[in-house]
Amino acid sequence: MANTDVLTMDILDLDAPREVDQICAQLRELLSKQLKRRGLVVAVSGGIDSSVTLALATRAVGAERVIALMMPEKHSAEETLHFSNLIADTCKVAKVHEDISEILKALGFYRRYDDAVRLVIPEYTENWKSKIVTPNVVDNTGFSLFSIVAQDPEGNEVKKRLPLKAYLEIVAATNFKQRVRKTLEYYHADRLNFAVAGTPNRLEYDQGFFVKLGDGAADVKPIAHLYKSQVYQLAAHLGVPEEIRKRPPTTDTYSLAQGQDEFYFSLPYDKLDLCLYAKNNGIDTHVVAEALGLTAEQIQRVFDDIDTKRATTRYLHLPPLLVSPVTEIKI
Amino acid sequence: MSDNKTLIKDFIVENFLFGNADGLEDGTSFLEEGIIDSTGVLELVGFLEEEFGISVEDEELVPENLDSLNNLEAYIKRKM
Repeated sequence: MANTDVLTMDILDLDAPREVDQICAQLRELLSKQLKRRGLVVAVSGGIDSSVTLALATRAVGAERVIALMMPEKHSAEETLHFSNLIADTCKVAKVHEDISEILKALGFYRRYDDAVRLVIPEYTENWKSKIVTPNVVDNTGFSLFSIVAQDPEGNEVKKRLPLKAYLEIVAATNFKQRVRKTLEYYHADRLNFAVAGTPNRLEYDQGFFVKLGDGAADVKPIAHLYKSQVYQLAAHLGVPEEIRKRPPTTDTYSLAQGQDEFYFSLPYDKLDLCLYAKNNGIDTHVVAEALGLTAEQIQRVFDDIDTKRATTRYLHLPPLLVSPVTEIKI
Repeated sequence: MSDNKTLIKDFIVENFLFGNADGLEDGTSFLEEGIIDSTGVLELVGFLEEEFGISVEDEELVPENLDSLNNLEAYIKRKM
């Protein structure tokens, strides 16, 4: 246990100019020595992580060697395209707009998703909106099972716990979105001889908040070592517009607006940052509890949830496993 | 071992352990041993509801009911 009696948010403060210089130097090194690619493709959502990644990529290799890929679909929030354009224009990089709705339709995504929801809400139609949610682990001592929240066109909400088949079908269908986007990212990377930059922050990377071969796939992940609070610090230093820096984090994945902390994470990002830091550095639950205004028991549940997510999402990080090694291939 | 416990154990062994029951005792915690994850809990709940004709309520989704063969046996006994 560390000798830390008091914990405050400034423990995550970093030297932003120095961090940016280090990341940019490392990006140039990786591109030239390992990836052998001439630039970077960054998929932008208008959120803080992809905006910072785009700004870092631009600073590392120059605007002419970066493209911003915007890939909204029918369920994306209306403001997604506005914020994506804003950061791309701020960085003065080339933009490519690929609406993926028709691809998703051809894959049967919308039909498959709606059919899956109808397993638990038979009256659900394409005019409804929905999202999946999970109980807050801070207040919940039991198992956290997912529920679907659906809203009819009049605004009436229904919430139902998801049985296995419906849950798996909904997740499987929704994962089409991230995988289609990644396919397009690699199309543009291949035609330009660029590499693909992934956009996860440390919370997402550590806790497995990504789709395997979807947003989890990339050639380089420039901010995966940074706590989300630190990503915001870099955003301010890099000149990411305040409009983007002030937006609450969302998944922008389901048709009904969904905060990251009601779908996956147990606490808002700034509090979870502190918990993850404390857990990683052996800081006592009572000290964290004091800092966050929660009880030590609640912090312990957050710590346990961090361990659970690390264990259950480990396979997302794994490369394809070989039954017998091929020793000539070194990674 | 009761019939119910045998039924549950067979499900756990076949579904989560690919037929290898080594180390699975009546008091083994499925979570601590990494036998069942969050999706596994969903599978287990689906099995219990179908096999025993019960409805597992939200407030019953706790380790005290579901996290070992002994706990499951006692829970099913209370529910039936």
